[in-house]
Amino acid sequence: MPKGIRDKVVILGMGCSKFGERWDMDASDLMVEAYAEALTDAAIETKQIDAAWLATAIEEQHVGKSAVPLAVALRLPFIPVTRVENYCASGTEAFRGAIYAVASGAADIALALGVEKLKDTGYGGLPQRGRGTLNNMTWPNLSAPGSFAQLAAAYRAKHSSAPQDLKQAMAHISVKSHDNGARNPKAHLRNRITIDTVLNAPMVAEPLGLYDCCGVSDGAACAIVTTPDIAKGLGKRDLVAVKALQVAVSNGLEAQHNSWDGSYLATTRIAAKRAYHEAGIENPRDEINLIEVHDCFSVTELVTMEDLHISPEGTAIRDVLDGFYDSDGTVPCQIDGGLKCFGHPIGASGLRMIYEMYLQMQGRAGERQCKDLPRIGLTHNVGGFPHQNVCSISIIGSHGS
Amino acid sequence: MTIGILASGAYIPRLRLARRAIAETHSWLNPALKGHAKGERAMCNWDEDPVTMAVEAARDALTGRDRSSIAGLHLASTTFPFLDRLNAGIVAAALDLPDEASSLDIAATQRAATSALAAALAGAGETLIVAAEQRRAKAASPIEMAAGDGAAAIVVGEGEPIARLLASATHTADFVDHYRTAESTYDYQWEERWIRDAGYMRIVPPVIGRCLDRAGLKAADVKTFCMPAVLPKVANAVARAAGIPDAAVRDNLHAECGETGAAHPLVMLVAALETAKPGDRILVVGFGQGADALLFEVTEAIAGQPARLGVKGHLARRREETNYTKFLAFNDTIEIERGMRAEVDKLTPLSAMWRNRETVTSFIGGRCKVCGTLQFPKSRICVNPNCNAVDSQEPHSFADKIGRINSYTADRLTYSPSPPACYGMIEFEDGGRWMMDFTDIDADQLAVGQAMRMMFRIKDIDTQRGFRRYFWKAAPAEPDAGRA
Repeated sequence: MPKGIRDKVVILGMGCSKFGERWDMDASDLMVEAYAEALTDAAIETKQIDAAWLATAIEEQHVGKSAVPLAVALRLPFIPVTRVENYCASGTEAFRGAIYAVASGAADIALALGVEKLKDTGYGGLPQRGRGTLNNMTWPNLSAPGSFAQLAAAYRAKHSSAPQDLKQAMAHISVKSHDNGARNPKAHLRNRITIDTVLNAPMVAEPLGLYDCCGVSDGAACAIVTTPDIAKGLGKRDLVAVKALQVAVSNGLEAQHNSWDGSYLATTRIAAKRAYHEAGIENPRDEINLIEVHDCFSVTELVTMEDLHISPEGTAIRDVLDGFYDSDGTVPCQIDGGLKCFGHPIGASGLRMIYEMYLQMQGRAGERQCKDLPRIGLTHNVGGFPHQNVCSISIIGSHGS
Repeated sequence: MTIGILASGAYIPRLRLARRAIAETHSWLNPALKGHAKGERAMCNWDEDPVTMAVEAARDALTGRDRSSIAGLHLASTTFPFLDRLNAGIVAAALDLPDEASSLDIAATQRAATSALAAALAGAGETLIVAAEQRRAKAASPIEMAAGDGAAAIVVGEGEPIARLLASATHTADFVDHYRTAESTYDYQWEERWIRDAGYMRIVPPVIGRCLDRAGLKAADVKTFCMPAVLPKVANAVARAAGIPDAAVRDNLHAECGETGAAHPLVMLVAALETAKPGDRILVVGFGQGADALLFEVTEAIAGQPARLGVKGHLARRREETNYTKFLAFNDTIEIERGMRAEVDKLTPLSAMWRNRETVTSFIGGRCKVCGTLQFPKSRICVNPNCNAVDSQEPHSFADKIGRINSYTADRLTYSPSPPACYGMIEFEDGGRWMMDFTDIDADQLAVGQAMRMMFRIKDIDTQRGFRRYFWKAAPAEPDAGRA
């Protein structure tokens, strides 16, 4: 088992644009909005950045291919810039590139930026991405809600859950995220809703209604990372460090082999275990203070509570309904509104989760600040479909803790 | 050895459009349509066409039979989706017939199927004759009411036939009762009374006479007379003129199916075989620019046919459709707003299709020779995490397996010509699974564990390039109920 990158890299500065329907903004404007905040926060100049990573998933809707759009938007001084794409987990992938560069010593200061401009499609909901010539011939025309909705069918069958109990817990998740989003000035959706709003909403993909689905947003998020020593040398105190970053990618087992029952994300379970090992966490339910998960749909959040080994398998409905993950619960989940309400500009989402951890650990989260400063937080970023996906998990914590 | 019919099968789409739905919509224009508003007509689902129906009819006929002995495939239709691409070639690939088998498209007349049948019975090895039709019709036209979509399949050859050929006769005449050209979308049809008097009544009885003479039999020896005719009572009038007893005239399935065009003589023949007794003599007539007559005698072997759905079983596999606009939309008779999600271009990569033809058209996956794991699609490295052997897979067909729903959804966001799009993970009991489209299912039938069978369907239509892609979908597996 490799030693990992625990405490080798710290966050020097972060920024995040307002998420939402940014009709007056191009992707490059959103990039600069997030970057300007991160640069000010890091208190460095552009010329101090040694390498950069750009995450964007549906580039054909905005910037096009390659890392050039980032280099141009930020006027990066001819440094190495790489564009990464790994479905909706692209943002964490960019972060991984940057922290690995710093951890390896190849860069002193590295930048990761994720951006997505989704509201130039002409219709609501995520646009369909290309699947490749052969997959087009055999895959259903599956949408994101249609693929994640299937978790509900398989979960109910496995745990003999009553459909109304599951739907109730899913509704609780969405109501909680709207409450949290209402306290976040950068969130896309800031309206509070009720359980009935969720239960009576039009159906999108059985059993997911409109309010079981996250927002489709424009936005960007940015991280500047360095070593603990360099950060201290720049006068930074109370450093927020990367404790672990793990990625697990489906290899066709879930899609082709009957050992997967469809009720969970196999990748999340594996990535979480590896991340806990890397971070030295033995009991996540007790040791983790705050989580930001990939709540693309309410049911995804629900099964993720089990896949992260925080709720024992088959008990997520109970934990959710008990308020365990509410903003005043034991392990608040989506304190910033999550994908559901902060919004989901795909390439930015993984970095936005880390941004929230960073703010919360420094006590800078404003109206939504957790009363006790979280010391250990987890972000969970998934891309693809439950039966074939990319899962990234980061563990963020105060340096040295 | 005797030459004759070795097996038979049929396919009628599950959807049945109530004729009153058509008549009521058009009563402002043509109140006379109300007179034809009884019963229902079979209609293709959006993902069915003559090719997919032909595959299903052929699979029905081939129930329990070894396909490696098929030496030829004759596909008859006047509504082939492709004008220059062998439609029978698609059917042969979907059926995984031997590459050495010949394939022919036979077109351009309503008697295409009977001519194909007669040619095959002249002896050219074991031949699969399939006829399928999906006639397009202008809204409010008589043919829209009278027609139905459907297919039938017959295996002929030497051996122990369920019905042996006694004799056949034919007649060619450029009698144009209706026509359609390369430039026209719809049929142009002449007056029905003229078709009856100058067409059927003049052309058919002499052909029947010659056929009976060749068999050395009398008209009274005919037990069942199968002759499609959309005009009422024409079959009875022809029978009377030929001396065939009125009781022998077989119902043309107008009430529950409609006239399946070039496929209809075979659909009627297959339906007749389903209730026939050994010794019965069945006379089949196809009419169109002349006429074909074929006379069969049913043998004792009829009782030994393995159970199949046939015409009767497929008619029982029925869902009433009363929404006429759905029929218009499925047939492209009206231009409907499909939304921007329908604009996604999935391209038509012909080389990749050819390379992956076993996966896509034949639904063949792999079986690992090392660990025995089944998987779809086949891959270079075995999916079993405890095996992962390289290049260990032999071809393994999934087309005739029954799978079960592992997870599902009814999706109203994604583009589908008939929303909601129902799809999910299908798991095969002996190994293998795939995330598949479902078809012929209503959202309230979706349940984990539901048994599903595989059907060959249109996957999607490339409207930019005028191409249609086919693949396999999962449909609810009926229990043996309704089998003929």
